[in-house]
Amino acid sequence: MSSLIKSSIARKVVMALSGLFLVLFLALHVTINLTSVISPDTFNQWSHFMGYNGLVQYIMQPVLIIGVIVHFVMGIVLEIKNTQARSIKYTKYKGAANAPWVSRNMIITGLVVLAFLGLHFYDFWVHEMTYKYIESNPEDPTRYYTETVEKFAPIWRTVLYIVSFGLLSLHLWHGFASSFQSMGLNNKYTPSIKSFTKIYAVVIPLVFVFIAIYHHLNPITH
Amino acid sequence: MGILDSKIPSGPLAEKWTKYKNEIDLVNPANKRNIDIIVVGTGLAGGSAAASFAELGYNVKTFCYQDSPRRAHSIAAQGGINASKNYQGDGDSDYRLFYDTVKGGDYRSREANVYRLAEVSGNIIDQCVSQGVPFARDYGGLLDNRSFGGVLVSRTFYAKGQTGQQLLLGAYAAMNRQIHRGKIKSHTRHEMLDLVIVDGKARGIITRNLITGEIDRHSAHAVVIATGGYGNLFFLSTYAMGANVMAAWRTHRRGAFMSNPCFTQIHPTCIPVSGEHQSKLTLMSESLRNDGRIWVPKRLEDAQAIREGKLKPTQLKEEDRDYYLERRYPAFGNLVPRDVASRAAKERCDAGYGVNKTGEAVYLDFDAAIMRYGSEKALTSGLKNADDAHIRKLGEEVVEAKYGNLFQMYEKIVDENPYKTPMMIYPAVHYTMGGLWVDYNLQTTIPGCYAAGEANFSDHGANRLGASALMQGLADGYFVLPYTIGDFLADDIRTGPIPTDSEEFDKTEKDVLDKINKLMSAKGTHSVDYYHKKLGKIMWNKCGMSRNAKGLKEAIEEIAALRKDFWENVKVPGAADDKNQELEKAGRVADFLELGELFAMDALERNESCGGHFREEYQTPEGEALRDDKNFKFVSAWEYKGKPKDAKLHKENLIYENIELKTRSYK
Amino acid sequence: MKIYLKIWRQKDASSKGKIVDYTMNGVEGDMSFLEMLDILNEDLISKGEVPIEFDHDCREGICGTCSLQINGRPHGPDRLITVCQLHMRSFKDGDTIVIEPFRAKAFPVIKDLIVDRNAFERIQQAGGFISVNTSGRTVDANSIPIRKENADKAFNAAACIGCGACVAACKNASAMLFTSAKVSQFALLPQGRIEASERVQNMVRQMDLEGFGNCTNTGACEIECPKGISLENIARMNREYLGASIKG
Repeated sequence: MSSLIKSSIARKVVMALSGLFLVLFLALHVTINLTSVISPDTFNQWSHFMGYNGLVQYIMQPVLIIGVIVHFVMGIVLEIKNTQARSIKYTKYKGAANAPWVSRNMIITGLVVLAFLGLHFYDFWVHEMTYKYIESNPEDPTRYYTETVEKFAPIWRTVLYIVSFGLLSLHLWHGFASSFQSMGLNNKYTPSIKSFTKIYAVVIPLVFVFIAIYHHLNPITH
Repeated sequence: MGILDSKIPSGPLAEKWTKYKNEIDLVNPANKRNIDIIVVGTGLAGGSAAASFAELGYNVKTFCYQDSPRRAHSIAAQGGINASKNYQGDGDSDYRLFYDTVKGGDYRSREANVYRLAEVSGNIIDQCVSQGVPFARDYGGLLDNRSFGGVLVSRTFYAKGQTGQQLLLGAYAAMNRQIHRGKIKSHTRHEMLDLVIVDGKARGIITRNLITGEIDRHSAHAVVIATGGYGNLFFLSTYAMGANVMAAWRTHRRGAFMSNPCFTQIHPTCIPVSGEHQSKLTLMSESLRNDGRIWVPKRLEDAQAIREGKLKPTQLKEEDRDYYLERRYPAFGNLVPRDVASRAAKERCDAGYGVNKTGEAVYLDFDAAIMRYGSEKALTSGLKNADDAHIRKLGEEVVEAKYGNLFQMYEKIVDENPYKTPMMIYPAVHYTMGGLWVDYNLQTTIPGCYAAGEANFSDHGANRLGASALMQGLADGYFVLPYTIGDFLADDIRTGPIPTDSEEFDKTEKDVLDKINKLMSAKGTHSVDYYHKKLGKIMWNKCGMSRNAKGLKEAIEEIAALRKDFWENVKVPGAADDKNQELEKAGRVADFLELGELFAMDALERNESCGGHFREEYQTPEGEALRDDKNFKFVSAWEYKGKPKDAKLHKENLIYENIELKTRSYK
Repeated sequence: MKIYLKIWRQKDASSKGKIVDYTMNGVEGDMSFLEMLDILNEDLISKGEVPIEFDHDCREGICGTCSLQINGRPHGPDRLITVCQLHMRSFKDGDTIVIEPFRAKAFPVIKDLIVDRNAFERIQQAGGFISVNTSGRTVDANSIPIRKENADKAFNAAACIGCGACVAACKNASAMLFTSAKVSQFALLPQGRIEASERVQNMVRQMDLEGFGNCTNTGACEIECPKGISLENIARMNREYLGASIKG
């Protein structure tokens, strides 16, 4: 087993599994967000549930955070190793001739998404933690909708959202289907997985972007 | 028998090998650990021999000039490997394989060796399958066979058009297993420069590390030479660029006899030379002749117009074409053996009917086959009134399914679409049947020095049948040498390691260094390739597909003069203690320049036509080969005496007890 | 045609190399790429310079010796061929061609355009075989039928010529395609299944030790492979490896 942890294939599988987990989480996240456009009450209910349910808070949230960290750390480790594997670079290297840009630049799209996650954590998660545990404010199951919509009032944040989700889309475009290959699945279902990946990589970020724009254009008027 | 003792065991042909194996000396496993064997060359023969020796327990050192044993030129064999498995139930047997091989070789090979080859052929397939060689299979999961030129049964096993590659990778894997176990020490990018003889036995070699230029001494109790053939003597051939005769030739210089050097196979279906820059010729599988029709224009003026690009072959009417093989050999037509097809092409081109700009090409036309297959396909598909264009399309699909990869290769090289215009082909040097003389044990005339695979002369006589080279290489390596070498090594169980600081090693190393210094210090004007190309032209023009006494005598003179010029005027840049491809080539060409002369002498000596050796003076009124069994039913074995012209000829008479000698006729 | 060449020259493994410019006149479309280099070398020799060292042998696309990175791509611009099968008609008059050795930490340069691919040898030695002896006293070749589909897939994997183009093309210099081709060939055959677990673990361990990069599924290797070895083989190796590791 110890050799397993050190092997290149195992590292790839860790990337694949953590990536797939985050892909699943995105689906959940976008579903809840979407309710903010349809029904502010439902959004508040779901958000409150996520914020105060023990299972979500004490099991799922740490797992998610670990998932993000593992995916990020392993990605950096692999990138460093991969750079070292070619110590003298080519004078001329025509990468575009044999592989798409997205597949060759996962580190760039990944780092942008990571930077965005930093902002995202600051905006929502740090805010939540402060609200609940530092300031020890009372539970307020109706505050989430207003807080969320207000975040999208400044144009800069909305634009940042759009850009980041654009890059997330590129990251997913390669990463989602690629994770199946890493785990050893390449068979008659592969074309379907690839098609589904493309739909997923476009639709999910597009919905996020739509929500951001929607709230930016429809601010809460007091 | 004189000096040449072939050591053929007594008894009935089919029992010789079994009886012999029962009687030879064995080395016990504990003693094998104290015995070293050097194997030079790691293709099919060398690779399989090395793996087998190591398996038995000997300590093996292998040497090859390539950067990996997997790159030996055995890898380029396309068609297949023969074995008398009789899986098809078409009446095949060891005897039939034996008979076909002896007859195909025009009765110039040794009965006992060939029978043994046929006998072990089935085991080769078993062995390779168990090693994971992915042979072609049918839908029932069993091995598939195809038929090849010159025989009446389907006994050829194949792996698409890459049989040689797959078999070599099998032997390479077996080697890797032993390298992993520490039983083989593999030296890649090393070239053998000389053989060291101690007390009359081969006890080591001197090598050059091709990366650092270091000269090293390696000792062993026996040395196996498995370095392939010498077709690169002709400069242009289907051989790998690095293929050379150095190891075999330097062994010859140390006392091993060279047999039948003039027996060369010229393969009829190769892509013609396109210009002076050409470095190498590419073979197209013989299987193409199953469906292609070979022709040249009937009229000289048409041939001229085609050469000048004023006329296209497709514009020439049927009655203006000369399907010369069908005309001359109505019974076999386009499927005559390789030597016959090659000579016929040369005859037409020499008469001025060649069809490419150099005048050295004939057409291989698939038009008839395309239309025939197309009509069949239309019929079986229920298309009653298909027009010509549709039939042609269907036919092209059938031809593509059969030969698609070859057609693609042709188009890549020639830049013409062979579905639309006939292919151009011309014969090229492909294999050498001659090589180091060996006895039944595959031992050369130097005790302890063995030769295997194409490097020896043993099994193919004057002409090799298709799909037999792979069979012989693996038979020698897996199943013959592992037994016969033990008979010699049984005397060495108390010898202990052979020291490399002996006088013999000192002396041989000095010879090697002197030679390198001489090459490096020649401050000449011409590159090595300049000489190699000149030699190739002499060989091709005067010792090629057809030879005559006058040309051969001229060749002998010209080669001797060229060799003299080479040693005075060759220019080898760079340094000897560095990676230096020019120095590598120089050493190889120096040997070719000696072998070339011996080759011509051997051809001059053999006043008959047989197999690949065609002497213009010895032909029937119809232009067919005229063999002379009364005077030339022997193996020539040349002893080195300083200069090629002083070489001494020994003869091993061939005795046929089981086969009646007949004239080959393909009319 | 006239061709401008920019070629990597490096005296030996420990020297620093650099790109040197050469100009070739009278290049013909029928010349192979390596014949063009032959002529350049003849020219250098006649001028008293040291010719350019490059690896080549069979010159018919099967031995896997030739290994040039041409204009940023292994084996040049055409697909499914090696350098020796590339012809100058793929270029036009006045073109500039950059020629470099295959680059990877695991493939150190020996001289000029020649690299050391012994890392591949060691991967094969670690397990690229079936442990049968060579006596020929095995079972009859037809005693174990093999589904044609599997036999064909095994053949397709076995068609690898070990040239290293996959490593050269990969942005990570990963050797997964090479290693997986051998693993797949044996994993698909009943004869190879017996040692499949040990084989895949040993070969992957050696591959990692050699310093190749990790596979990020860009697919560049498959595109540049002169023999068209499929990415399916990498997936199969991943699967085999995980299965073997979990079984322990």
